[in-house]
Amino acid sequence: MFTYTLPILVIPALMFIFLGLMDNKFKPMTSGILGTIGLGIVAILSYIAAYDYFFSVGLIDGIYQKIIAFNFEWLKITEHLHIDLGILLDPISVMMLVVISTVSLMVHIYSFGYMNGERGFQRYYALLSLFTFSMLGLVVATNIFQMYIFWELVGVSSYSLIGFYYTKKSAIAASKKAFIVTRFADFFFLVGILLVSFYSETFDFISLTNPENNELIMKTAGLSFLGISVLSWGMMLIFMGGVGKSAMLPFHIWLPDAMEGPTPVSALIHAATMVVAGVFLVARLFPVYYLGTPEVLTIIAYIGAITSLFAAIVACTQTDIKRVLAFSTISQIAYMITSLGVSGLAGHEGLGYMASMFHLFTHAFFKALLFLGAGAVIHAVHSNEMSAMGGLNKYLKITNITFLIACLAIAGIPPFSGFFSKDEILVAAFHSDKILFACLYFCAGLTAFYMFRLYFNIFWNDNNKEYEHTPHEAPFVMTFPLIFLATLTCVCGFIPFSHYVSADAMPFETHINWAIASASIGVALIGIGIATKMYFKKSEIPDKVADTVKGLYTSAYHKFYFDEIWVFVTKRIIFEGISRPIAWFDRHVVDGFMNGLSWTTNFVSQKTKNLQSGLVQDYVTIFIGGALVIVLIMILI
Amino acid sequence: MNVPIEAYLIVSTIMFFVGVYGFLARRNLLTILMSLELMLNAVNINFTVFNRYLFPGQLDGFFFTLFIIGIAAAETALAIAIIINIYRNIQNIFVDKVNNLKH
Amino acid sequence: MAEQIIFYILAAVIVVFSILSVTSKRILRSATYLLFVLIATAGLYFMLDYEFLAGVQISVYAGGILVLFVFSILLTSHAGDKEKPRHWGRLLAAALTAVVGFGLCLYIILNNVFKVANQIWQEPTMQQVGQTLMGTDKNQYLLPFEAISILLLACIIGGIMIARKR
Repeated sequence: MFTYTLPILVIPALMFIFLGLMDNKFKPMTSGILGTIGLGIVAILSYIAAYDYFFSVGLIDGIYQKIIAFNFEWLKITEHLHIDLGILLDPISVMMLVVISTVSLMVHIYSFGYMNGERGFQRYYALLSLFTFSMLGLVVATNIFQMYIFWELVGVSSYSLIGFYYTKKSAIAASKKAFIVTRFADFFFLVGILLVSFYSETFDFISLTNPENNELIMKTAGLSFLGISVLSWGMMLIFMGGVGKSAMLPFHIWLPDAMEGPTPVSALIHAATMVVAGVFLVARLFPVYYLGTPEVLTIIAYIGAITSLFAAIVACTQTDIKRVLAFSTISQIAYMITSLGVSGLAGHEGLGYMASMFHLFTHAFFKALLFLGAGAVIHAVHSNEMSAMGGLNKYLKITNITFLIACLAIAGIPPFSGFFSKDEILVAAFHSDKILFACLYFCAGLTAFYMFRLYFNIFWNDNNKEYEHTPHEAPFVMTFPLIFLATLTCVCGFIPFSHYVSADAMPFETHINWAIASASIGVALIGIGIATKMYFKKSEIPDKVADTVKGLYTSAYHKFYFDEIWVFVTKRIIFEGISRPIAWFDRHVVDGFMNGLSWTTNFVSQKTKNLQSGLVQDYVTIFIGGALVIVLIMILI
Repeated sequence: MNVPIEAYLIVSTIMFFVGVYGFLARRNLLTILMSLELMLNAVNINFTVFNRYLFPGQLDGFFFTLFIIGIAAAETALAIAIIINIYRNIQNIFVDKVNNLKH
Repeated sequence: MAEQIIFYILAAVIVVFSILSVTSKRILRSATYLLFVLIATAGLYFMLDYEFLAGVQISVYAGGILVLFVFSILLTSHAGDKEKPRHWGRLLAAALTAVVGFGLCLYIILNNVFKVANQIWQEPTMQQVGQTLMGTDKNQYLLPFEAISILLLACIIGGIMIARKR
């Protein structure tokens, strides 16, 4: 039935190999067009799959079925435990297919303009294909090990895309940082997988997340380690992987630096797809978290809320427009994580789950739009710094409007899509935990503030700014994705999302809770109002405000010194306290022992090699002498 | 049987170790080979003496001697073939020149 | 008594000529001394009543092997060639090895009590020798005989292969 989903994975993989091996044999445009056509086919197939799944096949007896479209047993470890490669279709994976292929297609098209004339154009498209392939593989994974494989692939392709400008030192440093930090978190993920699969004896998602008679929960019941149950350890470790990929505290440090990559890449990887992998992971294993380890789910919710608040505050002070967007991404993803953390499983209880997925869906489009808009701005003024911008509304008409739409969406102003998803999240948080709700609510206001600070600083503020080269609107290949995504941002909020995605796969009805909705609109409007007052026209107010809360401002500007803390921990404690003694031990004791062995061998052989004279008589003398000694010994005994 | 067995054995032992000395001390491959013949002869004498004095009813020593003589003949023929071949290659047959495997 | 005198003469011949054989500087003389040693050995066999063995000793060693030696000496050396003396260390080592070995063996021989059998000795007849050599029963030697035959064959072929001109 769904066998046509296989090309969704195969086409980008082949495209990567093809473009990667062709080594600049084509004109840049040809390779770009090839990549884009491949991605177009993938997108069309994804839409067909989504239509088939949601409207004709998926719903049986009121429940969206989990359909294995393709399965291949790859590594058999034991009778039960085998690593498969396959395609699992269920509401969230189908939704992710649509999101990834849409955003990826837009980025492919946009890159024609943005990357025009860059060196390594073909490499860029090859890597984009690789990334798309691995991300698609991740979301359709039938088992947790396949997910892990693609998880790492995603990390690798992200690494090579961040380091795309490999002649730039900062880009190399950023790519290494991203890879090492996420890889470090992935280590915990792997340990978690091994722990969980050791007890459940399966990697398979369907049996792992079976809500009734869950074998994993039954088998680990009563087992504990250091006072915490084994299942909690396992699920916590798995979540650590998600923390790394989704840039939650304290592993968020790589994401702002990852903005060294080309802007369309940031839009694809660091806004819409890869960074939501952590959210997707928790959603995938949600029944286990909810039924088996509710305490871990609470921790997840709090990590999300704290991260969200932290990132929002930092975003208010950054001056690099891409970094502002990066922190806003962290904040929004933390929103989704919190929402998952407060969710229940059945029916209306599962509002948080559904809201999280809904926000993932809408956020992907408007955040990609924001990044692509920022890309268009950077394309026009050749700088990332706010101070180099201002008054661009005169020059970049289309970018201005689409950027405004995206800002309104992320601020949560109806009728744009962000409002609907954010409102559901706030409702879910309100019904579960008032502290979390307060956090998120405050965050919503901050979001509106920093987004409009960004918007005004780019497009208004210094209206009479002189530019060396007059900025000009981007070409159509770049504005088309902006317009398309802006359209999506306007309409996709009206999708009755709860009909399609829910924690227990059963459609349910949601209504907008107007009390909370109006409160959130209110706080957003206040945020926008303050931002307008401070930044719409050039004024002294921002500096004055910064002076009054100087301590907070400086520490927020330095991202609350997280990078410094990490550097301290790694450099001072791990490098000097642990690695250096180990290196010393290795160099002097281990190597010394080995060198001593070789030296001794060499010495002895130097001394004894004269015995090997090549003269038969010498050998015979020694041989007879030895025989005589043996005889002598036998006589004496 | 008027000669004690020890007398025979001492003679053969002297012969054997003279052979050993020759084997170790001489330079010419042919004299080395002759020393080898001396040693074989000493062994032969031992075999026959033991057979004659200790086990007169059996013929083991006798036949061993016979076989050793046969083998010695074969071995000498072969060794001389090799020595002549060496002579052809390096124009002498001194054992201290035949150490090419060392290098 | 006569037997003892003959033995001591033979023993003296063996000892003296074997020492001369390994110490002589002229290789052709070495070969000649060796011939004397071999013939004296044959004499010992006669004394022990192994007439067949003595015959074999003379015909194979003195008649066959020695001739081979003489031929090869003539092929590989020139008249009047003298071997240069070797390094004294080597000579000393060789002499020491020989003397120590001789000492050890002497010690063993003189300390060992030989149980000399009192059985009456009968010279093996030719027929007996032939049957023992060709039989397959206990104390019969067909298998070694065949092994020797094959060895000889291999030696013939090997000798031809090694010595032929390339």
